[in-house]
Amino acid sequence: PSNAAPPPRPGRRRPQRPQRRPSRRSIKMPAVSKGDGMRGLAVFISDIRNCKSKEAEIKRINKELANIRSKFKGDKALDGYSKKKYVCKLLFIFLLGHDIDFGHMEAVNLLSSNKYTEKQIGYLFISVLVNSNSELIRLINNAIKNDLASRNPTFMCLALHCIANVGSREMAEAFAGEIPRILVAGDTMDSVKQSAALCLLRLYKTSPDLVLMGEWTSRVVHLLNDQHMGVVTAAISLITCLSQKNPDEFKTCVSLAVSRLSRIVSSASTDLQDYTYYFVPAPWLSCKLLRLLQCYPPPEDGAVKGRLVECLETILNKAQEPPKSKKVQHSNAKNAILFEAISLIIHYDSEPNLLVRACNQLGQFLQHRETNLRYLALESMCTLASSEFSHEAVKTHIETVINALKTERDVSVRQRAADLLYAMCDRSNAKQIVAEMLSYLETADYSIREEMVLKVAILAEKYAVDYSWYVDTILNLIRIAGDYVSEEVWYRVIQIVINRDDVQGYAAKTVFEALQAPACHENMVKVGGYILGEFGNLIAGDPRSSPLVQFNLLHSKFHLCSVPTRALLLSAYIKFINLFPETKATIQEVLRCDSQIRNSDVELQQRAVEYLKLSSIASTDVLATVLEEMPPFPERESSILAKLKKKKGPGAVSVSDLDEGKRDGGGELNGAGERGPESSVVSTPSPSADLLGLRSAPPVGSAAQGAGSLLVDVFSEAGPLAPASGVNDDGFLRFVCKNNGVLFENQLLQIGIKSEYRQNLGRMYLFYGNKTSVQFVNFTSTVSCPGDLQSHILCTPPVDPLVEGGAQLQQVLNIECLSDFSDAPLLNIRFRYGGALQNLTLKLPLTINKFFQPTEMGSQDFFQRWKQLSLPQQEAQKIFKANHSMDKEVLKAKLLGLGMALLENVDPNPENFVCAGVVQTKAQQVGCLLRLEPNIQAQMYRLTLRSSKDTVSKRLCDLLAEQF
Amino acid sequence: MIKAILIFNNHGKPRLIRFYQYFAEDMQQQIIRETFHLVSKRDDNVCNFLEGGSLIGGSDYKLIYRHYATLYFVFCVDSSESELGILDLIQVSTIYIFMTVFVETLDKCFENVCELDLIFHMDKVHYILQEVVMGGMVLETNMNEIVAQVELQNRMEKSEGGLSAAPARAVSAVKNMNLPEIPRNINIGDINIKVPNLSPF
Repeated sequence: PSNAAPPPRPGRRRPQRPQRRPSRRSIKMPAVSKGDGMRGLAVFISDIRNCKSKEAEIKRINKELANIRSKFKGDKALDGYSKKKYVCKLLFIFLLGHDIDFGHMEAVNLLSSNKYTEKQIGYLFISVLVNSNSELIRLINNAIKNDLASRNPTFMCLALHCIANVGSREMAEAFAGEIPRILVAGDTMDSVKQSAALCLLRLYKTSPDLVLMGEWTSRVVHLLNDQHMGVVTAAISLITCLSQKNPDEFKTCVSLAVSRLSRIVSSASTDLQDYTYYFVPAPWLSCKLLRLLQCYPPPEDGAVKGRLVECLETILNKAQEPPKSKKVQHSNAKNAILFEAISLIIHYDSEPNLLVRACNQLGQFLQHRETNLRYLALESMCTLASSEFSHEAVKTHIETVINALKTERDVSVRQRAADLLYAMCDRSNAKQIVAEMLSYLETADYSIREEMVLKVAILAEKYAVDYSWYVDTILNLIRIAGDYVSEEVWYRVIQIVINRDDVQGYAAKTVFEALQAPACHENMVKVGGYILGEFGNLIAGDPRSSPLVQFNLLHSKFHLCSVPTRALLLSAYIKFINLFPETKATIQEVLRCDSQIRNSDVELQQRAVEYLKLSSIASTDVLATVLEEMPPFPERESSILAKLKKKKGPGAVSVSDLDEGKRDGGGELNGAGERGPESSVVSTPSPSADLLGLRSAPPVGSAAQGAGSLLVDVFSEAGPLAPASGVNDDGFLRFVCKNNGVLFENQLLQIGIKSEYRQNLGRMYLFYGNKTSVQFVNFTSTVSCPGDLQSHILCTPPVDPLVEGGAQLQQVLNIECLSDFSDAPLLNIRFRYGGALQNLTLKLPLTINKFFQPTEMGSQDFFQRWKQLSLPQQEAQKIFKANHSMDKEVLKAKLLGLGMALLENVDPNPENFVCAGVVQTKAQQVGCLLRLEPNIQAQMYRLTLRSSKDTVSKRLCDLLAEQF
Repeated sequence: MIKAILIFNNHGKPRLIRFYQYFAEDMQQQIIRETFHLVSKRDDNVCNFLEGGSLIGGSDYKLIYRHYATLYFVFCVDSSESELGILDLIQVSTIYIFMTVFVETLDKCFENVCELDLIFHMDKVHYILQEVVMGGMVLETNMNEIVAQVELQNRMEKSEGGLSAAPARAVSAVKNMNLPEIPRNINIGDINIKVPNLSPF
C-alpha cells in the first residue's frame, strides 16, 4: 500500500442496502432543505443529473440559458440574490462544457455590491470565465480599484485574487504600480500581504516589463524575515521568480534564506505551532527555501556556506531518525524536504561528501515500499548520475534499477528506471544495460517503446567498441520492436556500416541470417536490401549465400512490402546485376514481368523500366560507375540523438552527457549527415534515390514527376479575408522570411515545405510525412483560394490516397502571381487515421514578398526614390515592440530572407536598415523601399514601407511587423 | 507553478475545474478528457505522479493526483513544485473541502456523498481552493489559517442575512468528527488539527 491513509477502493461501492437508502429526492438535493439559499440552483442541477440522454441535457440547458437571458434582459431589476443564483447556474453550465457568452455584465455588477457574498460570486465568475472585452475590463478594473482602496482586508483579498487569476496585460497596466506598495506597506494585514505577493508574481510572469521592482527590491527581499510564516511562504515564491530573472539584484536573499532555513531546520517540532505539519516544522516553506537557493551558486561567504552545509547535513541526518509518526503525511512532508535538499546538493555539485550521502539516501529509497519514493529516487538519481563525484556511486545501484525495470507495476516508475539506466550507462556497463533494455523492450508498454528504441540505439552506438556488437544490437532492435524503429535508426545503422569497412562483411552475414526468419519486419527487409545490395559480394563465396540465394531471399519478401520498400529492393536488384553478372538474366526477368514494368505505382514502374533499360544497354564499365559502392557519409551529430532531444525537450534526459561521451574517444562511430525533414523522402522521383542520395533533396527538374502537381494561379486584389474557422496559421508567419522548413507538425503528421521563386513564378514542394506506424487512408490535400483569390485552379491531381506508416508523400504546386495580393491560399488536408477522419486547414505560406526582385542602389538614388513615394497612401508605418532578438546579424538575415536587397551605407544612421526591391507580378511591377529603425533601449522598432501601390505597402508592413 | 486543478469523477465528468493559465474553453474540456484518460487507466496503489499529457504541456509538466472514492483530484504542475509537497497540499485541500461540504449532509446519506456535495457547493469549493492556491501558486498551507479565513467568510455571509446555520454545524461536526470513521467510503486520513477561534454558537 502506498499510503497509510489510502484512498478508498474506487469503483467498489458499498453494497446497496435499500432499507437504508434515503429517498431519491434527498440524495439529489442534500442541501436544499437547509435553507442555504439557492433552491432554484439545486433544482436545476438535479434536473440535469436526471437527464437520460445527452440531448435531453442539452435541451434542459438551453431552456435554462434562455430563462437566464430573459431574466437578465427583463425590465425588472434583479435583486442581488437572484443575480447570484443565475451566475451560479451559468458557472455550472460552463463546468459541463458549454460555452457561456453572456452574464459577464451581471457578474461585473455584482462586484460593486456591498454584500460580501455577491461580490465574491461576481469575482469568481470573472476569474473562471475570463473575457477580454475591453469595455468589460475597464469596468472590472474600476471595481478592483475601489476594493483595493476600501481598506477592508477581505475585499482587498478578493480583488487581488481576481487580478492574480486573470493576470491580463490590461490589469498589469492598471495595478502593477499599486501592488508593490500594498505588499510592503507597514499597516497591511498579513493575509493581504500574502495575496499581494502572489498577485505581483502573476503580473510579473505575464508582463515583466510592467512590474518595476527597483525601489522595492530590498524591502521585498526582507519579507523573508517576516514574522508571519504565511507571508514568507507567499513572498518566497515571488522572490524565487524574480531571482531567476535578475539574480544579481536579489542575491542578498541567499543569506536571509539560509538563516531562515537554519532556524526552521533546527527548531523543535513544536516551535512553529500552526506551521508544523505532522511533526515536521514548516515543510512547504523549507522546500521553497531550498528551491530558492537552487537559483544561485554555493554562497561565497564562508560563514553562510558553513551554516547551509550544516542544515543540509541535519536534513540528511533526520532522514535516518525513526519517524515521529506512522502517518504517510509525516513521511511525505519529511521526504519532500529531503528531496529538495538533495536537489540542492546536486545543483551545487561541489561537496563530494554530501553528494555521496545523497546518493546513499536515494539508494535506500530505491527499495522503499512506497512507490512514490521509488519514483522520486529514480528521478533524482538520474541527475546525480551526471556528476563526476557521484557517477560511480550511482552505478553501484545498477542491479536494483534493472530489477525495477523488470518488476515495477507502474509504467511511470519503469520509465524513470529506463531513464536512469540510460543516464548511468558508460563503457563499463553498456553491454549489460543494453541487453537489459532490449529484453525489457519485448514486453514494454507501447507508450514508451519508441523512446526506448532510440535510447538503445544511441547507447549501442556510443559505447560500441566492436561494431559487430553494434550491428547485432540494432538488428535485434528491429526484430523485437520493428514497428517502433524510426527511419533515423535504420538509416544510422546503414550509415555506420558504410563508413566502417571492418564491419561490412559481418553486417552482410548477420542481415542475411536475420532475413531467413519466416516473418521478419519490413525495416529488416530495408536494411537487408540495402546492405546486401552494397556488400552482398562479401558473403557470396559461401555457397549457402550465393548471389542467387541472396536474391531469392530478398525477392521472397518483395510482395509483402510497401511501395517504398519495394522501390528500395528494385534498386538493390540493379546493384546485384553490377555485383554479380550471373544474376542478370534472372533479375531482368523479374523487372520485365508485368507486375513490375506495368505496376500501377508510377515510382515502381519507372524504376523497373529504367533499371531494365540500364542493365541492357550500359556496358559493364558504365554500370560499374553508375552503381558504384556508396561513398562514406560525412561525420556529424547522430540524427537519432537529435531526435531524442527533440522528443524529450532539452534537459529532460541527460542527453548532455551523451555529447560528452563523444569526447572521451574510442567509442565514436563515423557520424552521418543530419537530415532535415525534406530529405527523408522515400518516394523521390529520381531513380535509385534511396541508394544514391539518402540525404539528397529531390531534384527540382523532375519535380513534375512527383506524386502530383498542382497549378495555382494567384491573381487578384484580395480584400480582407475573414479567417475561416479552424484555420491553423501558426506556421504561416515563420515562412515570411524563409522558404524551407516545417510548416506544421502534430503527433500524426509532419508537413515540410521547400519552395523557390523566380520573377512572378514559384514552385512549392509540400512533403507530408506520416509519423505513425499506421497508414493514412483517403489522403487528400487540396489548395483553395478563398474570397477574391478564388479561381484559376487549373488542375488538382489526386495525391496517393495511402500514406504508409513512416512514409512521406510529396506534392508540387506551381504558382504564378498575376497581381499583388494580401491573403494566402488555404491548404486543406484530410485523411483517415485508424478510422478517425482528420481534417486540417493551414494557411499556405505564400506571401507577396516571395516575388521580390532585389534592387541594388546607392544612397542618393535611394533617398530620391524615397521622396518620390511621398503620398500618404504610399507609405505604411508601424511602431512595435521587439518580440525576438534585436541582434544585428539576426536582423540582417531576416531582411535578406525577405527577398529585397539590403543596402549598406545608405542610411546615415548605421543602426538602421534600408532595403529595396521590386515585386514582380504578371500585371505590373511594384517598386518597394523599406526602412527599419531599431531602438535597442526601448526594445522597439519603427518600420516604414513605401511603394508605388498602397495595398503592397500595407500588406508588407503587416507581415513584417510580426517578424522582429 | 500549478497550471490547473481538475476534479472529475470515475466517469470523467468534471466536478470542478480551475485553470491558472489561459486555455480556450474547448481546449479546457479536451485537457480534462485527456487527463481523465491518463489517470483513470492507472491502478490504485501505483505512484501518484505521472507525466502530463500532450495538451497541457507534455513531459515538462507533471500530473499529481489522488483518487478518493468516486473522485480524482488532479493538480497539473511544472517542475518548480515539489511533488510530495503538492501531494500533501491535495490532502490538505481535500480534507478541508470535505469538512466544509460534508457537514451539511452528515446526518443524511453517505452514498456518493462527496461527489454530490462538490456539485451542490461548487461556489464554496472554489472559495476554499482560493484560500490554498492563488494564481497558480501556493498561498497558504496552514490548516488553521485556512479554517479561520473560511470561517470569516461564513460569518460575513451569515451577517448578510443569509444564510444558514451551516458554520455552526460545521464547527461542531468538525470537532466531534473522527473523519475516517464517519463516511466509511471516504477514508481521507485522520485530521489532527485544532480548530481555533471558533466560538461555539
